Amino acid sequence: MNVTLRRYGSAVVLCATGRLDQDSCEAFRAQLVKEVEAAADEGATVVLDLSALEYVSSAGLRAFMLASREAKSRQARIYVASLQPMVAEIFKISHFNLVFQVFATVPDALAAVSPQAAAAYGKG
Amino acid sequence: MRVRFWGTRGSIPVALTTSDVRDRLAAALLKASGRSFASYEEAHAFASTELDFSLTHTFGGHTPCVELEPGSDEYFVCDMGSGARPFGAHILARQAGRPATVNVFMSHVHWDHIMGFPFFGPAYVPGTKIRIHGCHEVLEQAFRLQQSPPCFPVEFDQLAATIEFVKLEPDRPATVSGLTVTPHLQLHSGDSYGYRFEQGGKAVVYSTDSEHKLENRAEAEGFARFFRDADIVIFDAMYALADAISVKADWGHSSNIVGVELCQMAHAKHLVLFHHEPANDDATLEGLLKEARRFEELTRTDHALKVSAAYDGLEIDL
Repeated sequence: MNVTLRRYGSAVVLCATGRLDQDSCEAFRAQLVKEVEAAADEGATVVLDLSALEYVSSAGLRAFMLASREAKSRQARIYVASLQPMVAEIFKISHFNLVFQVFATVPDALAAVSPQAAAAYGKG
Repeated sequence: MRVRFWGTRGSIPVALTTSDVRDRLAAALLKASGRSFASYEEAHAFASTELDFSLTHTFGGHTPCVELEPGSDEYFVCDMGSGARPFGAHILARQAGRPATVNVFMSHVHWDHIMGFPFFGPAYVPGTKIRIHGCHEVLEQAFRLQQSPPCFPVEFDQLAATIEFVKLEPDRPATVSGLTVTPHLQLHSGDSYGYRFEQGGKAVVYSTDSEHKLENRAEAEGFARFFRDADIVIFDAMYALADAISVKADWGHSSNIVGVELCQMAHAKHLVLFHHEPANDDATLEGLLKEARRFEELTRTDHALKVSAAYDGLEIDL
């Protein structure tokens, strides 16, 4: 499980690569919550780019849930974008599509954050 | 061994309402539009094969009560929810006047798991022996309390049956009339215990009112051992996963998804979703079953897991 970070205007895009399961969930949760806290402090929105996430278990989904709870307590937002078909189906099956705002692509999510974030992404 | 479900709902009994029945009838008539049936049998066959489960069945009904029939003269049952009333009627009919011996295994003593006992017919029959097994110190106290004034007109001591309370130890196998039973501590308010029953190379696990935190490897592996290679795992799947780990976290219950994951870890053969949320209607429960089956397909590795949802009246033969 690898996590990379990019900034586009008022959005922080976290790209998670690999499998999010019992072995990787705790480290991922800690990093995600830390980024949510930092983003909330500067009024930014976290966008989870899950295009390279191959699999997520219930323990992994719990990490998303805890981050969502943290974001809500700080009046911050987390968007989820670019799910692979299997992960998208797991989100639906576990009803996580009702918890998170899910976008088809990262640019779609950034456009929902702000025109500046979308423009910054466009510039690369 | 046969497993028979007398009560499958969690928390409080649920009954279909008049409007539920009327809505189903209307939906069934719509599905039958343009068809004609020459006999009751033809109509029955159509209902059995072409209509959705949630139109032709109801998940029920009564609160937890699950009978194991290992081929003995004695009776074995997990929990005394409201399903204990029809279970008791079944015993009385089968015994035809002969006193019965009933072995009860209690997950815990929350109300939905004991509420059927005051209506359990064999308790009123002289000569009946009832052995109530469990790991809680408060087992007897709870049964006596619910039959104390002003809650119920018949006090516990007035029951005609000989009733014995038998303390079991967690993770220590005991033999009860030929059946090996091993209790296992579970996460639930006031603690609950699952039971693994084994006989003749077959294993049935009854694991209700149990919350799981699968991010805790030791906990997950402990339950995988408890469920290991079981033929049936009857599992607390009260909520969808998102609910179980958000608004309903720490409520002491689990989800269909975690049931699939644990059974996959354990190489169990058949997961039976149980302790249905009383707020869920039959269509919602059918949806949760379909989602669990799809999740099993998506995440299947080296062995297929059968997934079912328990309903009052379901019988499974091993």
